[in-house]
Amino acid sequence: MIKCFYDLHIHSALSPCASNDMTPNNIINMAILKGLDIIAVTDHNSAKNIGAILKVAKAKNIIVIPGIEVETYEGIHMLCLFRNLEDINIFDKLIYRNLPKVRNNENVFGEQIIFNEDDTYKCEEMQMLLNATCLKLNEVIKLVHLLNGLIFCAHIDRLKNSIITVLGFIPENLAVDGVEIISNNNQNIYDKQFKKYRIIQNSDAHYLGNIYEKMNNIYLQEKSINGFFDYFGGGK
Amino acid sequence: MKINDLIIDSSFKLITGQNPDVEIKGFYTGDLLSWVMSHAKEGDAWLTVQTHLNIVAIAKLLNLSCIIIVENAEIEPETVIKAKAENITLIHTNYNSFEVIKSILVKDD
Repeated sequence: MIKCFYDLHIHSALSPCASNDMTPNNIINMAILKGLDIIAVTDHNSAKNIGAILKVAKAKNIIVIPGIEVETYEGIHMLCLFRNLEDINIFDKLIYRNLPKVRNNENVFGEQIIFNEDDTYKCEEMQMLLNATCLKLNEVIKLVHLLNGLIFCAHIDRLKNSIITVLGFIPENLAVDGVEIISNNNQNIYDKQFKKYRIIQNSDAHYLGNIYEKMNNIYLQEKSINGFFDYFGGGK
Repeated sequence: MKINDLIIDSSFKLITGQNPDVEIKGFYTGDLLSWVMSHAKEGDAWLTVQTHLNIVAIAKLLNLSCIIIVENAEIEPETVIKAKAENITLIHTNYNSFEVIKSILVKDD
């Protein structure tokens, strides 16, 4: 069993609320500096930087899991992780199609930057990404699992866009692969309250410095994306 | 006013509910269920665009008089089934929350 330190919720500069220096190379290098073995980059409602990030990661000793933080119709944030670029690109197209057609206002929300693998600007995403999609919670869960991905209720210990805030409580038999917390403060409360769910703790970093130090870990049979997915039961 | 007094107005469509004589004691507007859980009062008619199944549990927990889904929000079939099973009154309207209250204040005059 191999101990792997992780941070599975990191934004790139594609998310308008994230710092513009969250570039492919900066994210990966910072994660390596922090001693992480596995990271996921998870932008709001888009996976358009994943290709470049995976290219950068190839040459380095770190595992990057393609991810995306979807906002459901109800306003709930869900962390979605996929096995490869092909799967997440299919999902990305579906999400894009289901976003309200609104143009981003860079001055208010920030820029949504798509990078090349050398961190140069490729282009900007003009469609506003900080919005609820037209996809309901159960639809998103089904879609992720259809694509053999994993889905977690994002930052349940936060007020904003958490399933607990929006729905009052986690619906019975919700077919998620786990729940995510951000803060250390109430870990034991969550361990008790959400016994039936796998709990992962991630940074939700919007700035390079906020990527987590090596503190959260899982033991994998194999230090690889497959090993990671096997740990969580392979996705349904 | 009773639920019956509300649904007499054709702008309010009764989706499910067997409680025409229940008294509406007040009105509450809110879409974040955690917020509603801690602020809505017993007997309130709850105005919301939230149509997830959990609204039935909240209405039951707080003993609300009814749930009024506003702005023609599409109600999930599971929510209707659950509301029927729990005998929670679900009403549907094209009005937004403001228009609902306006129409009720007009009735009171």
